[in-house]
Amino acid sequence: MNRLLSSARTLAPLAALFLLAGCDDYALLFPKGDIGLQERSLILIALGIMLAVVIPVIILTLVFAWRYRASNTNATYAPKWAHSNGIEFVIWTIPCLIVLFLAVMIWQTTHKLDPYQPLESKVPPVRVEVVALNWKWLFIYPDYGIATVNELPIPAGTPINFKLTADSIMNSFFIPHLGSQVYAMGGMQTQLHLIADQPGIYPGRSSAYSGSGFSDMHFKAVATDRATFDAWVRKVQHSQLVLDKASYTELAKPSIKNAPTTYARVDPKLFDDIVNQYMPAMTHPTHDMAKMAMVEGPMCGPQRAKSAE
Amino acid sequence: MLGKLSLDAIPLHEPIIMGTGVVVALGGLVVLALLTRYRLWGYLWKEWITSVDHKKIGVMYFILGLVMLLRGFADAIMMRTQQAMAAGGAEGYLPPHHYDQIFTAHGVIMIFFVATPFILGLMNVVVPLQLGARDVAFPFVNSLGFWLSAMGAILVMISMWVGDFAATGWVAYPPLSELGYSPTTGVDYFIWSLQISGLGTTLAGVNFVATIFKMRAPGMNLMKMPVFCWTALITNILIVAIFPVLTATLAMLAADRYLGMHFFTNELGGNAMMYINLIWIWGHPEVYVLILPCFGVYSEVIATFSGKPLFGYKSMVYATSSIGVLSFMVWLHHFFTMGSGANVNAFFGIMTTIISIPTGVKLFNWLFTMYRGRIRFHSATLWTIGFMVTFAVGGMTGVLLAVPGADFVLHNSLFLVAHFHNVIIGGVVYGCLAGMSFWFPKVFGFTLNEFWGKVSFWCWLIGYWLAFTPLYVLGFMGMTRRMNHYDMPEWQPWLQVALVGAIIVGLGILAILIQLYVSIRDREQNRDVTGDPWDARSLEWSRPSPVPFYNFAHVPEITSLEQHWENKEKGRVEVRRYEDIHMPKNTGAGFLISVWSFILCFALVWHMWLIAGASLVATIITFILRTYDRDTDYWVPADEVARIEGAWHASMKEAA
Amino acid sequence: MNMHSPAVSGGHHPRDHDHGHDSGSTTVLGFWIYLMSDCLIFCSLFATFGVLAESYAGGPTGRELFDLPYVGAETVLLLISSFTFGMANLNMNAARTRKVIRWLAITFLFGAAFIGMEINEFAHLVAEGAGPGRSAFLSAYFTLVGTHGLHVTSGLIWLAVMIDQTRRFGLDAVVRRRLACLSLFWHFLDLIWICVFTFVYLHGVL
Repeated sequence: MNRLLSSARTLAPLAALFLLAGCDDYALLFPKGDIGLQERSLILIALGIMLAVVIPVIILTLVFAWRYRASNTNATYAPKWAHSNGIEFVIWTIPCLIVLFLAVMIWQTTHKLDPYQPLESKVPPVRVEVVALNWKWLFIYPDYGIATVNELPIPAGTPINFKLTADSIMNSFFIPHLGSQVYAMGGMQTQLHLIADQPGIYPGRSSAYSGSGFSDMHFKAVATDRATFDAWVRKVQHSQLVLDKASYTELAKPSIKNAPTTYARVDPKLFDDIVNQYMPAMTHPTHDMAKMAMVEGPMCGPQRAKSAE
Repeated sequence: MLGKLSLDAIPLHEPIIMGTGVVVALGGLVVLALLTRYRLWGYLWKEWITSVDHKKIGVMYFILGLVMLLRGFADAIMMRTQQAMAAGGAEGYLPPHHYDQIFTAHGVIMIFFVATPFILGLMNVVVPLQLGARDVAFPFVNSLGFWLSAMGAILVMISMWVGDFAATGWVAYPPLSELGYSPTTGVDYFIWSLQISGLGTTLAGVNFVATIFKMRAPGMNLMKMPVFCWTALITNILIVAIFPVLTATLAMLAADRYLGMHFFTNELGGNAMMYINLIWIWGHPEVYVLILPCFGVYSEVIATFSGKPLFGYKSMVYATSSIGVLSFMVWLHHFFTMGSGANVNAFFGIMTTIISIPTGVKLFNWLFTMYRGRIRFHSATLWTIGFMVTFAVGGMTGVLLAVPGADFVLHNSLFLVAHFHNVIIGGVVYGCLAGMSFWFPKVFGFTLNEFWGKVSFWCWLIGYWLAFTPLYVLGFMGMTRRMNHYDMPEWQPWLQVALVGAIIVGLGILAILIQLYVSIRDREQNRDVTGDPWDARSLEWSRPSPVPFYNFAHVPEITSLEQHWENKEKGRVEVRRYEDIHMPKNTGAGFLISVWSFILCFALVWHMWLIAGASLVATIITFILRTYDRDTDYWVPADEVARIEGAWHASMKEAA
Repeated sequence: MNMHSPAVSGGHHPRDHDHGHDSGSTTVLGFWIYLMSDCLIFCSLFATFGVLAESYAGGPTGRELFDLPYVGAETVLLLISSFTFGMANLNMNAARTRKVIRWLAITFLFGAAFIGMEINEFAHLVAEGAGPGRSAFLSAYFTLVGTHGLHVTSGLIWLAVMIDQTRRFGLDAVVRRRLACLSLFWHFLDLIWICVFTFVYLHGVL
């Protein structure tokens, strides 16, 4: 009885913790975009099917341990029993069946949720080019010629096509409420497709450790209705700052806690230049272009930078 | 001469580090003074440092693991405290550069210098005894391997006070770990401490594979080999297969940093993704290296304390072997989010879930070993049951992470952190501690104190769940790993609960230390006179505790999977006619070579080329001189054997 | 008595520090396992070379750098040294100590010549500005070929030690066992070199 009471005492604050935080804080369980929703159901289904075995196994472990305790001489004791074809068959079959089910599900969902797969929608997508800098995020909107730092305004209900790279150190671009993350790597370009179903402010961050400024490398993804978004674009287009080679070089220097900034104009080749900066044409401009190597696909990963021919 | 090393390398401005330094230095001085006071230097040198006895080397591995566990845990509690404090604008008490070193060191130490020494220690103590052998195949190599690992640990410890440690995360992904982004000696400490201890582990792997294939007692075919030896065999085959990959990978990283090469740099065609692939080709099988011997421990413990043979021995063997093979085909699940195509991701996801089949079978096998048994709740049994419950959950979350669609949101989150602690604490640590309480009397001749053993178990069990359940939850809140501070105040309460859990785990560690102290103090009450305190089933329990240095007076003839149990049932008694026994002599060469290698690595870290060259030459010369030593073994006279065996028989008679 | 473990190979054997036939086979098995693990180091380096084989980064390519006849000569030297080691082995089986020493010495000379040529090749490349830091391709090339070269160098040290030990101790069981291991090692390096020649040089030039 005492044990029960004490466990109730430990559990009560835990339950309170759940109530304390709002549902929205559980980003993965209450996602705000279609990709996130699909991933939530995937997680819940996979967990459910596995719990159907794991919970009975845990219960059986405790039950067997108690029932066959040495002091319980009423329980059957079979000191030589160590083999049963029937049981062996069942214990190999159960995990096999679950894995079979999971395998089919993995095959289907991995293709459906492939981050490179454009989303189907009647609304034309908005393109965003993401650059992970040390330690802030640069977002370029090539459709509007504008850019932002550490803030990602997007229209709700519109697919967003991200292209990602990093200036130097690898990061991972992640907005928990919207779903999938993808690495941003120097000299390489990856892709991600997300959508926000409803307006809201969704925290985003880097989820791959990238050095001492990593913890401050977060931003807000602000999803608004289309009209607000368009108004914002127009406002930015009429603002002051311009992102050219010189100001980019300045921006790319390591810094933390950069306040959200907007740029009215961006060099349209900036993203490609960042991706290609490590190609020999950039570092050794004198070298013969014909000799330049196109790096073939590496062992497993995204496409490498293309030379700037 | 001194390369990059100067007084500036000592972090005098870091009070935490210098404080620890003072405590460690004082503690070290006290130990040195005591050793001198009681004239123990000769004993230490003759009986331990130069020993090639597999049991003593096993004990030293275990001591190394325990000491490093204290350091690794200190790192853990500092991280938990930092994260419990640093919410919503608060910066906590650890600046990023220090905090980042701590989480890197924590991972490196727990994997390479706690878990690995623990399992190597267990295998050293148990494998030859279960095989009916008098030592391992290459006793000198065994001593060398241990000392190399120990030197790696010392190198990591020194990095705390001389220079810094890597601040890159424990697998040190480039380009962050390249010279341009990590210009201090931290990553160099990382590289050389892992190279030196990795070499030691590889040597141990070669040694044990040869031992298991060549030194089994007559009649013991592979299918009559105890399950622990089977898991040790697969583990060591994995070690031999994967550690070279780690060595090559780290050598390439070193080449980038020392020789200006471009394997993994952004510039001049380097490819960081190659490092990530290579490190996980080593890294994933490595976790099976750690867990498989623990599966072996659980199998031995559960069979012994249920008073029954292990259920489904054959399927256990097949399951272990298939895990070994499959572990090579899953590495990509560590980076589903790197932009590989859907086909590749799906393939590796499915392969990973397939590993859960043999693992699940094992769980059922232990379950049915308990079924219709007579279970005695020794602390080793508690660890095993605690493991079965905890590991079932950890395995499940692992399979969830293997689903690429789920991993896209759970990758690098605290959910992942909770998962691998779930399997490594709930699997490896529980297993090693179970193994310690199970085989302790075999080595020392007295059993461990049960009360403190059980206190430790409950602290670890409750502490683990309290520390890591919140991390699972935080993963669903989108919290990523390795954060020094965070802007989301709603995460803080969970992290505070986790801190409480970590403190309870700390009490569990404290309980282990108390248990060791109390057990040694009360050793006379807890003498194991019979050599078989648990009424156990395999060969090692047929010998006195502590086992004489030659292990077996007669090489046993094997007719059964559970030889000792069969002997007890049939009332077989040993013949009391003894012969001379051939044994290897102790040698200081392994220790010396390791010391030179240590100096070599330290010199390389600090770019002291002259010293590095000299110690490399010293290493080679010492090794060559050892090959000229033709006096490496001796004979134990039959009379001596008869005397030792006679004393045991007499004490058993007295006890009966 | 039991035939499995050196430790128990019985009190009836002469006490000549000889671990006996069985111990020798354990050592050779252990050495095989070590070689397999060493082989995996080379596998990793080959795989890396495969990935980086065309990452010239604007620098010189294999076709521009490699001199096939020169490397061919290196290869011949190493192959001959394997043959001469074979001769040493045959003489060991016939217990002709002095001939063993002579053939080992000849093997050493060929091995040393191989290393000399390799060092010369490397020095040449570095002087041309094609050092290991020039491109990822060259990093992979130097590391793969250099690792093989380091192995051959260790083999040379080992050879020198074994020549001395054969002279000093004669062809006793320990020396025979070590020569057997060294022979495995030497042929293994030959095999690796053939892969290097094929995948690095031939493939790079053709």
